Amino acid sequence: MDINLNDLLRKYKSHPYEDHKIDAPHTGLVFFKVRDGQEVAGPSGQWLQKPGTLLYILERENNPKRMYSAFTGRVAGLRAGLEGSFVQAGEQLLTIQHRLNRDEIIDRILRDVLQVFRAPQRARYFFTPETVTFLEKKTDKGLPIAPGDEIIIMSLMKRDSFLPYEGAPGIIYKVYFQQGDLVEQDSPLFGVCPPEKLPFVQKVIQRIRTEWDD
Amino acid sequence: MDQNYILDSGKYLSGLQDRIIYLGDVKGGLEWGHLQDLLNEVQKIRRNIFEFQEKELLRQIRNLEDRISFFEARVAEGLTPIEVVNIARSVQRFTLQDILENVYDSFTELGGEGDCNIDPAVLVARATISRRVKNRIYFHQVMVIGHEKGKGEEFRNGGSAKPWGNEKALRYMKVAEAEGIPIHSYIFTPGAYPTEDYPGAAQQIARNLYQMAKLRVPVVAFISEGGSGGAEAIGLADIRLMASRGYYSVISPEGAAAIEGHIKEGEQLPRKLVEHCAEQLKITAQDNLSLKTIDRIVEEPPLGARKEDFAFFRRLRYEIIRATDEVVLKTKSFRAFRVYALKRQAMETENGICEEFRLYINWSLSDSEKARLLENRSRKYRNMGHGYNELRQSVVSRLAQAGDTAKQSYYDIRYGLLRHHSRSVQKILEEVSSEGFIFLKTVTEPMRAAYDFVFPKPETPTRTELSTPVRRSIFVEEWEQYISPLANEDRTVTCPNAEKYGCRDLWVPDLYGEFCGVCPSCGHHFPLEYQWYLENLFDKGSVREFNQHIASTNPLNFHGLDAKLKKAVERTNRHSALITFGAEVHGVKLIVAMLYSNFRSGTVGAAEGEKFVRACDKARTTRRPFLAYIHTTGGIRIHEGTLGVIQMPRCTLAVREYIDSGGLYMVVYDNNSYAGPVASFLGCSPYQVGIRSSRIGFAGPRVIRETTGADVPPDYHSAKNALKRGHIQGIWDRRDFRKNLFEAMMTMGSPHLYYK
Repeated sequence: MDINLNDLLRKYKSHPYEDHKIDAPHTGLVFFKVRDGQEVAGPSGQWLQKPGTLLYILERENNPKRMYSAFTGRVAGLRAGLEGSFVQAGEQLLTIQHRLNRDEIIDRILRDVLQVFRAPQRARYFFTPETVTFLEKKTDKGLPIAPGDEIIIMSLMKRDSFLPYEGAPGIIYKVYFQQGDLVEQDSPLFGVCPPEKLPFVQKVIQRIRTEWDD
Repeated sequence: MDQNYILDSGKYLSGLQDRIIYLGDVKGGLEWGHLQDLLNEVQKIRRNIFEFQEKELLRQIRNLEDRISFFEARVAEGLTPIEVVNIARSVQRFTLQDILENVYDSFTELGGEGDCNIDPAVLVARATISRRVKNRIYFHQVMVIGHEKGKGEEFRNGGSAKPWGNEKALRYMKVAEAEGIPIHSYIFTPGAYPTEDYPGAAQQIARNLYQMAKLRVPVVAFISEGGSGGAEAIGLADIRLMASRGYYSVISPEGAAAIEGHIKEGEQLPRKLVEHCAEQLKITAQDNLSLKTIDRIVEEPPLGARKEDFAFFRRLRYEIIRATDEVVLKTKSFRAFRVYALKRQAMETENGICEEFRLYINWSLSDSEKARLLENRSRKYRNMGHGYNELRQSVVSRLAQAGDTAKQSYYDIRYGLLRHHSRSVQKILEEVSSEGFIFLKTVTEPMRAAYDFVFPKPETPTRTELSTPVRRSIFVEEWEQYISPLANEDRTVTCPNAEKYGCRDLWVPDLYGEFCGVCPSCGHHFPLEYQWYLENLFDKGSVREFNQHIASTNPLNFHGLDAKLKKAVERTNRHSALITFGAEVHGVKLIVAMLYSNFRSGTVGAAEGEKFVRACDKARTTRRPFLAYIHTTGGIRIHEGTLGVIQMPRCTLAVREYIDSGGLYMVVYDNNSYAGPVASFLGCSPYQVGIRSSRIGFAGPRVIRETTGADVPPDYHSAKNALKRGHIQGIWDRRDFRKNLFEAMMTMGSPHLYYK
């Protein structure tokens, strides 16, 4: 196994954040509305219609533009020295450190390890009935899959077509959609884990679930 | 024996308990007068009923009843408007089902029963009501349509009709019309359920009003809880009765308090403010009678009628029959009605409500009576809701008004009589020519020449001109002459869609000048002042305003409105939120009514209603197309109470008469258009269009959230979604407004229009 479990966990434990650098989108005078270390919220509401915390105002040609946080996290590396001064486009103003929760870390690890099968078109997707029956049993073994297997039905404009799986053989480890969901193009449908990596993945997830404190 | 007295006492105590709870409902809680203690006492006696001797139990009950009666008398003495609202909302109040069971002899519910219904809040029934005349029983068939609040049944939504419920009501109104039976509508609604799902709350109410305006059967309405637009959906009636402890209002007192007090969403409403608003809105039966928005009051017991008040049902039965008689008799002859009215009055003075009627009136109408019924209805609504001021007019305006009367005769002759003959002659000539009798050509040619001389072809543009380039474009000559004052700033603005589509910042002089307030990247329309449209939409110098002297006022003496009106007048130099004018587009004359945002957010009150009705009439008389351009409307002006609400049926009726006469009525929504006007005289138009980036709907997001408990997406009211739902028929770019309007006038409308 080329990934060391302890290293992986240590990496996330030492810095359980995802850093989002916030740059000035264009030139202008900058006026900060947050301070270093302040907790900020990302957009909220069912349709993300409520903007996040106001981070700063960027004024160009008498047009004060209010810039809101797109992430939830903590402000770090605020360049307070730039307050009231003229900045160039692309100049880094601050960083938002988003603390990763248990599910996000698992998701990241799985993304590294699994081979993701994506939706070729915006359509409704279903598993074949046999696959559904297998998945409903919730066995620990997982559903084995090989290239050319037709386990997914794409339903578009009242036409149902079988999609052959293309990729390395393995076991369907994670399903990213519900039966009959409308899935956007290129969104993940399921992730396949090579059989040899399966014990490792299960172990990692088990460790994170028990050890990680949200 | 013992068991019997206990059984009776148990029932009696249960009744007392209900009376206490009802008192609590009226006073807004059991804290008042220590009602809770009284209730505890009753419950205690009920629990320990077997421990009492008969005498002791009766003494206790009598004591309790005396105390409750005392409280009831005290409450009834000084009922405040908010307490009247509480009565109308109480679960113990009578509902439509009680009326159907007690007022009508038999009934069959149509379109579903109970929760198995397309909308359980709207109940429709085919019912029979009887009257005794000289010991003979006569039966009348009627269609009963109304709201059913239910007694605590959640699926009824408290009588809030959904759009499909109102659609059901309309369907059965048409059935009644086909069968020639009167309609009795019973209004028990706090307001319509605010959803835009097809057919849409506002649009369906508008359709109902449009149809009811000319429904060829008598309609009698009874109002117990009349919540604004929801009430109007079935309330356009020939006679409107109202329960003495009911309320009829433009908005709920709570809604008014939230607006007046600028209360933020989720914050507690101050009780005093709600009470104050209930008082200011003039919502009681007496208030409405003095405002002439209802015709008669049906008396209830002092604290309101409940489901077992059989005397009230007798009175209601009498009143509803009497009202239907009155509507029918008014369509017959004045003399017959007078005779009847005198007899009825005598009868009433002698006996109060009586079981026996002196006359049997057949409720079916002949064709001429139906025509008179519609005339009466039209007259009735035109005479309602006159809460405006007429300022002193200049001599020129008065002369113009006098000229209108002369114009009417001119248009009748020019485009009525002569046009009719001209068409007949033309038809004969065409028929004769098409026979191919070539030898007749020598005869018909001089006749045609003579005809063309007498009836010269109007010099108006025709459709063929559309294919040629438009001579006057807003981008070449006219636009340059008017520049929005918004453009006089040296700064940039950001398009709201910048994040989504990557629109660049826009320099204000460019945006409000060359770009006509439209983002060149995504087409988002920034709001522009109404003057821009006055200058750019119509031919230069063609705008002629009329009825400027009709001014908004404060008919209910609503606290603080005078100052607000004064401020609006100072700011706009106008006296109402509606501008009515005649104008031309590429030489085609039209009449325009424009609601604009600067004056009380484009809200409609009595003055705006009156101006709209007059504009409709002017368009009808002069046979011109009629455009309602809605720069912005915030709904009915709440400060004018039901005088504002009544503008909904009133203006819809005027629109209906205009359309029926062959007119072309178009509505163009811009910026924000919400509530009452959309749910009546705007929403009823067959041609409704939205300008890009406009929002159209019944209730705003906050009201929807507070009423339904569900949030709506940010683009819920967008023109695009309104188009998807079928509420509007198209979306126009502001820059194409003039071109599209001209094309619409050329392609739509009947041959009745003067230029066709």
